[in-house]
Amino acid sequence: MAIIQVQRKPLSFAERTYLPQILGGLKITLKHFFAPKQTLEYPEQRPAIPPHYRGVPTLVKDPKGREKCVSCQLCEFVCPPKAIRITPGELPADGDRAHVEKAPQAFDIDMLRCIYCGLCEEVCPEEAIFLQNQYSMCGTSREEMVNHKDRLYELGGTLPDSHFKWDKKKAAAEEAAHGHH
Amino acid sequence: MDFFFNLPIWLQTAIKGIAAIAVIIPFAGACSMAERKVSAWIQGRPGPNRAIVPWVAWIPFLGRFLQRLGVFHLMADGGKFVFKENVVPAHVNRFYYQLAPVIALIPALTTIVFVPFGVYWDVSTHTLQPLVLANLDVGILAVFAVSSLGVYSIILAGWASNSKYPFLGSVRASAQLISYELSMTLSVLPVFLWANQPGGNGTLSLFDVVQLQSGHGFHWQSIWYVILMPLSAFIFLVSLFAETNRQPFDMPESEADLVGGFHTEYGEFKWSLFFVAEYAHMIVGSGVFVLLFLGGWNPLPGLPLAPLIAGLPVWLGGLIAMAIFIGKVMAFIFLFMWVRWTLPRFRYDQVMKIGWQKLLPLAIANLIFYAIAIALIQK
Repeated sequence: MAIIQVQRKPLSFAERTYLPQILGGLKITLKHFFAPKQTLEYPEQRPAIPPHYRGVPTLVKDPKGREKCVSCQLCEFVCPPKAIRITPGELPADGDRAHVEKAPQAFDIDMLRCIYCGLCEEVCPEEAIFLQNQYSMCGTSREEMVNHKDRLYELGGTLPDSHFKWDKKKAAAEEAAHGHH
Repeated sequence: MDFFFNLPIWLQTAIKGIAAIAVIIPFAGACSMAERKVSAWIQGRPGPNRAIVPWVAWIPFLGRFLQRLGVFHLMADGGKFVFKENVVPAHVNRFYYQLAPVIALIPALTTIVFVPFGVYWDVSTHTLQPLVLANLDVGILAVFAVSSLGVYSIILAGWASNSKYPFLGSVRASAQLISYELSMTLSVLPVFLWANQPGGNGTLSLFDVVQLQSGHGFHWQSIWYVILMPLSAFIFLVSLFAETNRQPFDMPESEADLVGGFHTEYGEFKWSLFFVAEYAHMIVGSGVFVLLFLGGWNPLPGLPLAPLIAGLPVWLGGLIAMAIFIGKVMAFIFLFMWVRWTLPRFRYDQVMKIGWQKLLPLAIANLIFYAIAIALIQK
């Protein structure tokens, strides 16, 4: 690589007094003085949450209002800090969800343990648990920081469902029963 | 007015003294608050804007506006400094440690006495009378003499702290201050050469200098001196930056290398006294610059104030004059803060080189040029 000689022009008389440079600098700082401020004033202004943000884990309902979790406990087993505790329960034999068979009796996520890794969301076969946008939660006692099932469904709300696998399963079962006949 | 002058002299002095203190200390505090907001805005952030007194918050628009302007942080900071625990470190020289802030404040507050901050129209004599606490004939000399005493406080603070970095900071500060004293005084001499015309009364009074700049229209005799003597104004401005330890000459308190310089070992109220002294120096220095070069309380070059306020009630004329003067001083305070966040700090050897090898010869050459020019013009 060749050596390039940098041409350093000698400063003119005006430049040696440094006054033009100082005035140029003053102009730049004045421009910043009147420019809009870069600071986001939390908590009056909140940051924009990007999609797929890993916030607080929540349980969701499908567009038909059914609670999607079937207490398969896969999320409980995959959770690295063991924040999730599930007590599985049985669904009544009648009703439109009889073919689903299971729903959680109790579902606790201890937010003091949760590391927001999203493995529970990845592993869930029912697409029932999602990490959504809440990023700041606080409480005054350890018990208050455990999210129970109602709170989880309240935080989760309803998300769109592109599969409706229970309806498909029920339709397939009826098809098979029909076809048998 | 007569009521005031009939009081015993010690009472008059006491009232004037208290007036000086009661005005300049809040002014200096407001200066420090303005510094925080101005530096924040230059740096692209909003600055302190949360403190508010509860019952002011209930006022619909004004309360919120004042909160975002950060004015209540001044009360919060002032209260904090007053109520904090007074810690005297074990290794300091106790007597001088406690004496230094007092010595810092005395020259700073005393120079206010000599600076006229406005005028009022005296109907009995049909002349402008200055609003000043002591209208001396040797105004500028008194200002320079008393403000130079501020060096002692810095030396004392650094020495009493019994510690390396404050000592270094105070030694550098004293060297800087005495170096730029010379250029400062030499740069204002052309102003007084011009003001003291042969055949007139000799005067060093600041009020008379402003009176001489109150001409109608553009005449060489009575236009603002910044137009006649721009180089003097520039040298005075640079020396003023150095005298008040402001960037780019603030290596005595260079936060990055010397922790806090001479005020490292000081906390709470003593530290705030040093800062009141620094801001008071800034305010008085800006005031002197405005009086000497920018026509004091005259609105525009060539537009004197006297005809404007002669018809108005006395108190209104006085207020207008004070408002114009204080507006110009505040513009200068803004300039101090603006330059602080524009220019990097000079190194110690650069400061000394500029002071002795660049500015002093320039000031002397300026003086010689104006002395010859004025002698020729006023022959």
